[in-house]
Amino acid sequence: MPPQTDTKNQSAATMQPAGAAPVRSRYFYKILAIVYKDITAELRTKEMLSAMFVFSLLVIFIFNFTFDLRTDNAATLAPGVLWVAIAFAGMLGLGRSFIVERDRGSLEGLLLAPVDRSAIYFGKFLGNVIFISVVEVGILPLFIVFFNQPLAVVPALVGVVVLGTIGFAGVGTLFSAMVVHTRARDVLLPILLFPVVVPVLLSAVRLTAGILDALPLEDIQSWLGLLITFDVIFLAASFILFEYIVEE
Amino acid sequence: MSAISSASKKPAGLINWGNGLTLASAIVIITGLYLAFIFAPPAANLRTPAEQFAQRIMYFHVGAAWVGFFAFFITFISGVLYLSKRTFYWDNLGYASVEIGLTFMTMVLITGSIWAKPTWNTWWTWSPRLTISAIGWLMYIGYLMLRGAMDDPSRRATFAAVYGIVSFISVPINFLAIRWWRDIHPAVVGSSAGEGSGGFDMSADMRTTLLFCVFAFTIFYVTLMYHRLKLGKTMHEIETVKQQILHQ
Amino acid sequence: MIKVIKLVKAFGSRVVLRNIDIDIAPGDFVTLLGVNGAGKTTLMSIIATLGRPTAGTVLIGGMDTAQHAAHIRRYIGLVSHKTLLYDDLSGEQNLQFYARMYDVPDSKARINEVLHQVGLWGRQKDPVRTYSRGMQQRLAIARAILHNPPILLLDEPDTGLDQNAASMLGDLLAAVGMNRRTVLMTTHNLERGVSLGKRVLVLDKGKIVRDAAGNTVTAAELKSTYFSQQG
Repeated sequence: MPPQTDTKNQSAATMQPAGAAPVRSRYFYKILAIVYKDITAELRTKEMLSAMFVFSLLVIFIFNFTFDLRTDNAATLAPGVLWVAIAFAGMLGLGRSFIVERDRGSLEGLLLAPVDRSAIYFGKFLGNVIFISVVEVGILPLFIVFFNQPLAVVPALVGVVVLGTIGFAGVGTLFSAMVVHTRARDVLLPILLFPVVVPVLLSAVRLTAGILDALPLEDIQSWLGLLITFDVIFLAASFILFEYIVEE
Repeated sequence: MSAISSASKKPAGLINWGNGLTLASAIVIITGLYLAFIFAPPAANLRTPAEQFAQRIMYFHVGAAWVGFFAFFITFISGVLYLSKRTFYWDNLGYASVEIGLTFMTMVLITGSIWAKPTWNTWWTWSPRLTISAIGWLMYIGYLMLRGAMDDPSRRATFAAVYGIVSFISVPINFLAIRWWRDIHPAVVGSSAGEGSGGFDMSADMRTTLLFCVFAFTIFYVTLMYHRLKLGKTMHEIETVKQQILHQ
Repeated sequence: MIKVIKLVKAFGSRVVLRNIDIDIAPGDFVTLLGVNGAGKTTLMSIIATLGRPTAGTVLIGGMDTAQHAAHIRRYIGLVSHKTLLYDDLSGEQNLQFYARMYDVPDSKARINEVLHQVGLWGRQKDPVRTYSRGMQQRLAIARAILHNPPILLLDEPDTGLDQNAASMLGDLLAAVGMNRRTVLMTTHNLERGVSLGKRVLVLDKGKIVRDAAGNTVTAAELKSTYFSQQG
């Protein structure tokens, strides 16, 4: 290799104290850097996205098929099936989220960076929300087709799906960072996560059913409030607790 | 050798906290049995003997449920205190409370089933209280599985504390969601409940019995906690001595 | 530059570091030797602000790691025995990501510079999973010095390198400007540790048992004194 001399040796030997202001302003930039990094890595192989998509497709297909036998109208089951599909596919994505950071020790690399640990949490959280959303965008049209729903419900449905995904991925990202340090790894994630996110699933299913049945907003707004409350409380709790999870 | 002898306890007399609590538990639980089976009158509006006998399970069912959720609260408090103080005591307390809470929660589910069969002619109903107990039970199991899958004691304590906090916060939201989910839930106690199937009014003596049983189960919980904490502390001391010998 | 005061680290009841005191002057090159399980990696990760001390203090440039961790991290580069890289990203993308995380100014020029220094120029567009172990370790060193840190921590930097690549480690470190950084290195290789280090520390069962200038000790002497069981 060509031995070259470093040209920037004036700053290396000294440690000038820097103010906190530039660090703060780069906080969001670094969150986006983590998201961008995760998306770039995933787009190279697309392994996880395709697995999540095929898996959620199978859930919709199998549930539709198996329930058809005992139910006159499978469409009454549609909201539940949609959310089981999203939850299972999301679980796959969340499970991978920190495993990719662990294999080469890059989680350590992230933790070494001069940024508050919460930026790492929000970066990974946003990445997870984006991945799950991409899968949802893929399965929503198929859901409409299989369960024979009108296209007019799509905008409202997207809103519910986003809120539900935020709640699911918020706690999921925290637990995902935990389970990579255990022996059971991703086997443990659903066991920890599902009991906690029951309110997300219940309110999302109720809202989805309300939208499909074209109920007025007053009938379902308490569920909307519950879902948003859950999202806010658990994002805040995860934001505070993430720091404890990642330190050695 | 000095480490071993310092860890061993001086011989305890017959009169100490542990024996005192055990005796107190025996007295209150036996009194509770007397009150539940003999003192408390049968519910006035329940017709069949099976219904009348099954109703008496309420006293222990409610007592166990109270302890089951109170233990969860203790785990939450110890989780918060562990994260701020990082001492073995709080980890031990949280762990002990989960083990004992799980035992009582299991009792809630079993007694609930036994009560439900003659009353509603089904082993299981998705009543809000029974459902939240089942979810709490699953969270306890998750907590124990998480601990079981980790080797590093300090990280295990941190993760357990975080999971204890997050799952406890989700209990009230879970309960609210489940309550709304079942619009018609079987209210078994209270003035309006008399009209519903299996409902009854509580007389003053029944109320006294119920309150006493809740008190008795709380004493029982404290007793079990005392012994479990002592056991945990001894195990910790043995581990410390083992490590000292291994790494001398 | 690096000051460790009465450092204790315990994992539960297992005490890994017992009352460690180390003072490393700016510009020094210190090697830390010890058998497996002596506590080398634990000590490194605490100095790198990844782990919290059970008791005691670590000062980096006079700042306490317990209070100013996020700020101190700017001044530290770590080469671990794992690469800390993303296999699915190219070498250049890995460096770009870390440049963003470390607020490296004029990052494009700086990335090109370090790629030349570690001899990976020309392969920077290939995914890291296609690199040999030696190339990955060179990229790991490039990653560690990307933000031009005054302190370089090398935790077993020769792990997984073949004999040829490992012997070039000294040249490689010189090429990335080791001489004006404060370096703390752990290694299994006594000869390399003694030859590279201006000062040699030996860690045994969580205690510093030897502290000597590099030219006053020989690998053979250390081996017979401290490493006899390991062979």
